[in-house]
Amino acid sequence: MKAVVVENVIKTYKTKKDVVEALKGVSFSVDKGEIFGIIGPDGAGKTSLFRILTTVLLADSGSASVDGFDVVKDYKQIRHRIGYMPGKFSLYQDLSVQENLEFFATIFDTTIAENYDLVKEIYQQIEPFKDRKAGQLSGGMKQKLALCCALIHKPSVLFLDEPTTGVDAVSRKEFWEMLHKLKLQGITILVSTAYMDEAGLCDRVALIQKGQLLSVDTTKGVISQFKKPLWAVKASEMFRLMNAIKDDPLVESCYPFGQYHHVVFKTGSDNKTHLEQLAKQGNFKDFEVQAIEPDIEDCFMALMKE
Amino acid sequence: MEKEKVITAHQLTKKFGAFTAVDNITFDVEKGEIFGFLGANGAGKTTAMRMLCGLLLPTSGQATVAGFDVYKQNEQIKQNIGYMSQKFSLYEDLTVSENIRFYGGIYGLRDEQIKIKTAQLLKQLHLEDQEKTLVRDLPLGWKQKLAFSIAIVHDPAIVFLDEPTGGVDPITRREFWSLIYEASARGITIFVTTHYMDEAEYCNRVSIMVDGRIDALDAPANLMKTYSATSMDEVFLQLARKAVRTGD
Amino acid sequence: MKQFLIFVKKEWLHIWRDRRTLFILIWMPVIQIVLYGFALTNEVKNSNIAILDQSKDEATTVISNEIASSRYFHLVKNLNSYQDIGATFRTGKIRMAVVFPANFRDDLLHGNSAQIQLIADASDPNTANMLTNYANAIINDYPQSINQNQDLPYTIKTQVRMLYNPELKGAYNFVPGVMALVLMLVCTMMTSIAIVKEKEMGTMEVLLVSPLKPFHIIIAKTVPYLLVSVLNITSILLLSVYALDVPIVGSVWLLMSESMLFTITSLSVGILISNFAQTQQTAMFTSMMSLFLPTLLFSGFMFPIENMPIPMQIISNIVPSKWFFIIVKNVMIKGLGFSSVWKETVILIGMTTTLLGISIHKFKIRLT
Repeated sequence: MKAVVVENVIKTYKTKKDVVEALKGVSFSVDKGEIFGIIGPDGAGKTSLFRILTTVLLADSGSASVDGFDVVKDYKQIRHRIGYMPGKFSLYQDLSVQENLEFFATIFDTTIAENYDLVKEIYQQIEPFKDRKAGQLSGGMKQKLALCCALIHKPSVLFLDEPTTGVDAVSRKEFWEMLHKLKLQGITILVSTAYMDEAGLCDRVALIQKGQLLSVDTTKGVISQFKKPLWAVKASEMFRLMNAIKDDPLVESCYPFGQYHHVVFKTGSDNKTHLEQLAKQGNFKDFEVQAIEPDIEDCFMALMKE
Repeated sequence: MEKEKVITAHQLTKKFGAFTAVDNITFDVEKGEIFGFLGANGAGKTTAMRMLCGLLLPTSGQATVAGFDVYKQNEQIKQNIGYMSQKFSLYEDLTVSENIRFYGGIYGLRDEQIKIKTAQLLKQLHLEDQEKTLVRDLPLGWKQKLAFSIAIVHDPAIVFLDEPTGGVDPITRREFWSLIYEASARGITIFVTTHYMDEAEYCNRVSIMVDGRIDALDAPANLMKTYSATSMDEVFLQLARKAVRTGD
Repeated sequence: MKQFLIFVKKEWLHIWRDRRTLFILIWMPVIQIVLYGFALTNEVKNSNIAILDQSKDEATTVISNEIASSRYFHLVKNLNSYQDIGATFRTGKIRMAVVFPANFRDDLLHGNSAQIQLIADASDPNTANMLTNYANAIINDYPQSINQNQDLPYTIKTQVRMLYNPELKGAYNFVPGVMALVLMLVCTMMTSIAIVKEKEMGTMEVLLVSPLKPFHIIIAKTVPYLLVSVLNITSILLLSVYALDVPIVGSVWLLMSESMLFTITSLSVGILISNFAQTQQTAMFTSMMSLFLPTLLFSGFMFPIENMPIPMQIISNIVPSKWFFIIVKNVMIKGLGFSSVWKETVILIGMTTTLLGISIHKFKIRLT
């Protein structure tokens, strides 16, 4: 049995002026024990999707199930067995670490002691501050506490809506390490993020943009869909180089990627020579060009354009 | 040839009681440079940035911004800088042109200047048809690009960008950076904080703060060489993992 | 049950840790009562009066002197004619006039009975009432002092005339008024804000996803405010009895139970508001507009309902505090029993069950 099944889910919001389509017919499924990433920018529909799956929002049409239970009919069963960390979730700022955890354990009808094994490793990191108010914790520690609170009743599926937004690179890395340990305990994890580089840390990803899934696959699978050759170029005047390449009629796209620009051509033949000529004509110093493997961001941008 | 210095900081320190938020930092930023200001949450970035913007008095050390002293001339500093953060930027319930007029107005631009600027800006962002649209009805990416353009509407010497690209799609993020490049080519100095390490590589130079100190300061390529890393991400992790303190 | 209790505990911690708000909640009623009380007792001292003595005999001189030398009154003018009275009142200089008819002493000594008229400005009914009571007491000392060896007692009949508000509606109004306002503030506003806050913080989503029943969430949110309200009721009653000498004439227990009923009514309004408000500001303003102002306007606290136009009187019927107000006045001040307030009680119970019913029915198990 699949942990999560989503079939053709549509969700619209009506505002005064017009109707906003948050989800335009989304379908996918998540296997048990998988880390499944939903990756896309703000406003792509990630939060609506999570709210529908956690039964706090009703879809306009389509169906979805979690652990075999229907999100509309069997919402009570689902609420007993999932853990949920909403995007703007901020704990109770005026309660201490210990009080927060105790509260969430009790309302889910369990105790900290009962499932301590599950959160032990994470909780030990914040235990020295257990009498501190949650409002006074750093971003990374708040996030760990929130994860403990979502885990304390031993959910079978864990929904994390943008858990790493606004968190620095070190804390993000630590957070993902924790998720991989949880996976070993057999918990299915659905996580959404706007950071493309986190895709590689998921077993499978769904790329989402404007309410539509662009691709659902393993990271490798997504990358293998990128058929055209990709070139990385570099020179001393990067900004001028980018404009020069963009103006070339044969070029499909040129985007800055760190120290390089990634270039894709409309047709496949002899791109390297073409780029070298272009550099010579434009008098670019220290010009370098090499063929590279695309990463998830290249793929996302290519899919966005389709 | 020595380039003109737009920001100088010498042994700049800020203490809150016994806690040293910014510990003796020294650096210069040149005119037109894109300067990346990195650090983990709680490393002291925000405090340092507030001192440079003239919002917070340093405990000790010297600093000048656009040639003005941060202790005495904070009013002049405010006239000569632009500021944009992810959280605060535009008034959602005003239209695009009303926002431009408002910010132009508070920086003392004359009416005809504002008119010219508005036309320029709308053209550059391809927002000509959206002049009368409320900002809240714009997509996030456009909001951020508009916010940046408005932050430099008065042609400041420096613009401070506090995590400007959070949550936008990769294409918009790159469009945003081309705006930054353009501004830098016009001689506006860019002082930017970000959590995206690939963005750090777009900067001319990058400083990394750890526990209130600047632990590394160089061009991204040199930093990668020094720390024998293949990306800025690795450099950052090597440095930031040494941090003792946590907290915002 | 355990889930419910920890929720109550959590809610209590929120209140307890927000010391500033807690301080305001507890001291606000005390300060209001003391302010009102002070305003009143201050004015009763050295109140300006005028005397029209048409008799000018030994008895009227003694009584006039007694009144003028008491600490409650300050004689500002001796009037010459009946017409002067109205004119002097209109200048606002005096609060009361004492009128001795001609032949006062003769009537008293030979007819055993004489009359004095007290005319008071009853636009401030509390003060008017107190002034006439004090004056009455002073006046009646006189016949007693000359009664000693008399078979037939001399009596002076004081005839009181209240100007502007003849029936003295609104006496002691402020105690029930403050009670209604405070309970409304604590129960309606604080409860609705507390629930909406969870929506704003994103914690409501997690609570919804938890196995907690909506009914539990609602009730647990209100229990701590119920306790704060009991504290407030007690402090208001203690203050009014011991500091302001406004006695509880009727049954204390009846008064307390009626107050609890009204507390629950206010709580259910708060819950209803929190159902549709999405931000704390909306919750606050809705509570203000839907309860606070109507309480001031329509409960009879500040303006007598009888003097309002008919449509306003009809509107006043849907304001719960109007009924509570009547109950408190009847029980606390007039000393009447349950039989005199059962109708109002039934109305409040009806309102409460309707409101609670709607809230629990409408409480969203999902977000909108």
